[in-house]
Amino acid sequence: MIKSIAILFAMLAAFSVQAKDGASLFAQNCAACHGNRGNGGVGVPLALPGFQHGVSDAFLANSIRHGRPGRIMPAFKNLSDSEISSLVKYLRSWQTTPGKPQKVKVNPGNVAHGKQLFIKSCSACHGAQGQGGNGTGFTFSRPRDQPIIAPALNNSGFLAAASDAMIKAALMHGRKGTPMTSFLKQGLSEQDIDDLVNYVRSFAQHPYDKQVALKGAESTILSYESPYDMQTTIKNVQRAAIGKNFRIIRVQSLDEGLVKPGKENKKQTIIYFCNFQLLNTALTVDPRVGLFLPCRVTVVEKNGKVEVFSINPKYLSRIFNNYELNKLCDDMDNVYKDILEDATL
Amino acid sequence: MKMRLVYFMLCCTLSLGIPPRTANADQMMMARINMDFPEAMLKLQDGLKKQGYTISRVQRVDLGLTKSGYKSDKYRVVFYGKLDEVKLISKNFPALIPYLPLKIAMFAEGSDTLLIAANPLILAPNASKVLKPYLLRWENDLQKLLTSMKTPSD
Repeated sequence: MIKSIAILFAMLAAFSVQAKDGASLFAQNCAACHGNRGNGGVGVPLALPGFQHGVSDAFLANSIRHGRPGRIMPAFKNLSDSEISSLVKYLRSWQTTPGKPQKVKVNPGNVAHGKQLFIKSCSACHGAQGQGGNGTGFTFSRPRDQPIIAPALNNSGFLAAASDAMIKAALMHGRKGTPMTSFLKQGLSEQDIDDLVNYVRSFAQHPYDKQVALKGAESTILSYESPYDMQTTIKNVQRAAIGKNFRIIRVQSLDEGLVKPGKENKKQTIIYFCNFQLLNTALTVDPRVGLFLPCRVTVVEKNGKVEVFSINPKYLSRIFNNYELNKLCDDMDNVYKDILEDATL
Repeated sequence: MKMRLVYFMLCCTLSLGIPPRTANADQMMMARINMDFPEAMLKLQDGLKKQGYTISRVQRVDLGLTKSGYKSDKYRVVFYGKLDEVKLISKNFPALIPYLPLKIAMFAEGSDTLLIAANPLILAPNASKVLKPYLLRWENDLQKLLTSMKTPSD
């Protein structure tokens, strides 16, 4: 009897954790960036016919598995092979017209010549080092003039997902609906294209994302002790922020809005400041930067000791998986440190 | 043997009660809401209040941008917290002060609205036994909130 009940329970448990269907997996993991119907947003438009026809199922699966280090798309290592397979099937449901990646044979090529061709024909969109176009994809909140951002070819995730044949087919036939044109029509020979493919593959020796990996982001915050009293330190922070071209937008207690007016704890004061030009740049690099906003320093007095705190922008940047943003956060790290040091000098 | 079976059944029962963790429950928590911005904002604030949080402030990011001559669609940062928690944690765990009150960024993308929050667990990677339950609950609340936001209203 107990055995039978145990089997029943086991079956029920197995049922509850069965692999989810592709649609719900997509809604859960992908829709926020790629749009509910794959029309794109922060992420690329996966439903674009030119994209669907140009990539294999293996490319899609490996892209999900490995992501694009430093290019926002994370690696979904927590998805099982069967879940990834379900996702790929679901992505394919958007393919409204039949078509498969063209099978092409890649021949050995001249990498040096491929490099010359790359600089001449590809670097304007894909970057001089193949690091990809700037920005995070097409969003309505940050309008862009292209439906897709040129992919980072010099990216370990891309190189792990894309076969040489896929790269060659894209070069030969282009991607309909994107700025990627056919380079056969542009006058390159098939041998030129082989040279280009071999050059792109050579990126695997030194992927760009490994070259620009974020360093020094261990601590979650920056903090300094102030030799001044609370009010002087607050004024110093404001002066230092203004000195760094920021506008003070608000000074308030940490608990303002949580307690009744007049009951705030003045020993925990936040100074909010902003540089709108910098903010606009940051939003263009990554529309999700609201998690950093507004810039702030908190001044705290405890047991007669005054301290200043800020987030560590480099630490927070890690969760965005965006090396363009890492560069900005590197700069912001210096700005925060300058403000905190200046205020407590 | 019987004890083992009972233990096994108990484990099975528990596994049924725990919702499967969403695969994107990593460091950044995001949701796309098929709702225009004002409607999504109302639903978010309502959801936070139902979870016992107070909205301490809403920062209108787009307003500052447009006033400075930049183009921006609707973009807000919603700050929220529970007074007793903010008091307790800022007093005992000063490393969390720069991250309090908690925040959710939201912006319009066409007829959709995107919600983004840092997973609270990343705010203190080496959280103590005292702090960890708070972070876990904040994470759980956020998960539930984002899931409920995606569900059409009655």
